Amino acid sequence: MDKNIDARLTQVFRDVFANDSLNVLPQHSAKNIAGWDSLAHISLMLAVQRAFRIRFSAAETTQLDNVGALMALIDSKQKR
Amino acid sequence: MSRLSELSWLPAAPGDFAERCKLAVVADSPQGAEIRKLASHFLDEAKLNRLARVIDTLSAVPGALHPLMPFRLAITSNATTHFLTPSLIATAARHGIALQCIEGGFDQSMQDALDPLSAINRARPDAVLVALDYRSLLLQSMPGDAMEAERAITAAMSQLARIRDGFRAHCGAPCIFQTLARPPEASFGSLELALPGTSRQMIDELNRRLASTARGPDLLLDTAALAESVGLDKWNDPTLWNMAKIPFSDMFVPIYAEFVCRLIGAMRGKGRRCLILDLDNTLWGGLIGEDGLAGIVLGQGDATGEAYVGLQRAALALRERGIVLAVCSKNDDAVAREPFRNHPDMVLREDHIAVFQANWNDKATNIQAIARALSLGLDSMVLLDDNPAERGLVREILPEVAVPELPDDPALFARTLLAGGYFESIAFSTEDRSRADAYRGNALRVALQERAPGIEAYLRSLNMSIDFRPFTPAGRSRIAQLINKSNQFNLTTRRYTEAEVARLETDPDCFTLQVRLADGFGDNGMICVVICMQIDDAYRIDAWLMSCRVLGRMVERAVLDEIVRNAQHRGIVKLIGIYAPTERNRLVEDHYINLGFHRVESTDDGVTRWELAIDEYAPRNSIIAVHRSTSDDAEP
Repeated sequence: MDKNIDARLTQVFRDVFANDSLNVLPQHSAKNIAGWDSLAHISLMLAVQRAFRIRFSAAETTQLDNVGALMALIDSKQKR
Repeated sequence: MSRLSELSWLPAAPGDFAERCKLAVVADSPQGAEIRKLASHFLDEAKLNRLARVIDTLSAVPGALHPLMPFRLAITSNATTHFLTPSLIATAARHGIALQCIEGGFDQSMQDALDPLSAINRARPDAVLVALDYRSLLLQSMPGDAMEAERAITAAMSQLARIRDGFRAHCGAPCIFQTLARPPEASFGSLELALPGTSRQMIDELNRRLASTARGPDLLLDTAALAESVGLDKWNDPTLWNMAKIPFSDMFVPIYAEFVCRLIGAMRGKGRRCLILDLDNTLWGGLIGEDGLAGIVLGQGDATGEAYVGLQRAALALRERGIVLAVCSKNDDAVAREPFRNHPDMVLREDHIAVFQANWNDKATNIQAIARALSLGLDSMVLLDDNPAERGLVREILPEVAVPELPDDPALFARTLLAGGYFESIAFSTEDRSRADAYRGNALRVALQERAPGIEAYLRSLNMSIDFRPFTPAGRSRIAQLINKSNQFNLTTRRYTEAEVARLETDPDCFTLQVRLADGFGDNGMICVVICMQIDDAYRIDAWLMSCRVLGRMVERAVLDEIVRNAQHRGIVKLIGIYAPTERNRLVEDHYINLGFHRVESTDDGVTRWELAIDEYAPRNSIIAVHRSTSDDAEP
């Protein structure tokens, strides 16, 4: 996985979950990260869109099983 | 992204923003001023959220947000407001407000208003933001049916009136109604505007009626104007609406929050009342002290000259709505007033200016004097200045003064100033119209009191670095240009042709300096030239001149250190300085005495001669980092 995506995405998670020491791994999901509820998920999607200057469809945001899937989605959007 | 959505008049957030947020939380003194300072930068949503958490934490500690003024804002909406409230809280601090938000139920404005026990009514807010958009008001398009359309508009208006009456009865708070941003989808194309009953026509009509009813305690937030300014196509984001009922694109959350908080600030009397104008390269192009009346760029027929006319017109329009105008410029008083009196294209005249400060002192001290003379607080002041170092100095020393960033292109000055929204007000009365006239006509010059503290610390923070080198072929044309156009900071006003400058490069009796200065804002280029001639065991300083752009930075001290350093190498025992007065160079009348020279002679024509003994000299510069080279090889 692109190291650059990794670092920027970590910062987005830290901002959204208000936790400057949060580290995320590709296998992490809403179950592992405190506060990742449906509202936080929207916040996260918006923050990712802004940080990477990409846009998701509604369907794309609801089909993400874990952080790895989100990274793959960002990667595919950036390649377009 | 548009300049509006990035709040381009605000400086970028400091690199230590996150650390300062952390410090504010643990500090045991009131943090309101520090939080306002942090909020006075452009903050993206992540930073707004971070600052809002700080404010949230501190709001639980009595007095911790002093001197921010508390305000309780309720929000009722047909959309999701959850993502908006942190931005509102952080942005309010920019306007001196400690904001607390109370959210109504999702899409329950009528219940919020009519139920005496609703969360909003129980909270007794200071105002209610009725953040409804076009989707909530049942303005279904009914093309061609004028009567049905009128019925729908009347129904929507009475729906809003019931909401207003409910809040007024149950919590007594005024409502802030927002105009409706229309969707960009237009099924008829251009006909949409002409045909009764289209969504375009109905929304326009509703906005007009809103504007005429939202008076008296209720207020109007012109969201439609904001959305049009940034672009309806970007404002309306159907994906976000479908996904989470987010009413407009999240890229506009910072500017929307800014619009709301300006209004709240104005309700609390925080609108600013005085615009302080720099002159050179702000009100006109060029330097009046160097270029003269005929040389400054101003007036029709020249694209740049028209840009400055545009700014002057905007300033005059502000004066006509009651904003007091003042001038603060580094110039000789008489020279600075000349365009106001004699330039045919000046829009502003002396009798538009309440206080006119043109002198060589720092701007912080002058702005304090202006505020005192007008009996206005520093938090009523806005400074418009093209020079980033001056802006930085005033922000650092007088953080209450608003100092907009300006783009390089003067054509955008007026728009940037007005986009900053510093003069937001919630009413306009005949007194406002005549207020500026109360200060009329005197273009008063006021005495300075003591110098504002903190300037040396600010200069240190600029990380200035100076580059010394003797005259070189690569520097030759710029050296000649500086020698021949500098009038103000110029001790002898002796001119040299480019050929003469070239000869000095190799003259063994001559010591020359070309001086460049860089700082945190960028490279100022070559800003100073010195020519010393060796006469026996003395250096006679035949030329010492400097760009006024770097005045007040203690560059002179560093230059003198360098002259003395070289003199010591050459076994020189004294420096001889000459001041030859002209109409333009009064600024440097006291240059040599300020640097510790002794006067040895003055002649009938006003020329004074000064000396400094090398062996008594102790270096003066402790602020500017020094680099030197002997040729063109090293890039400055």
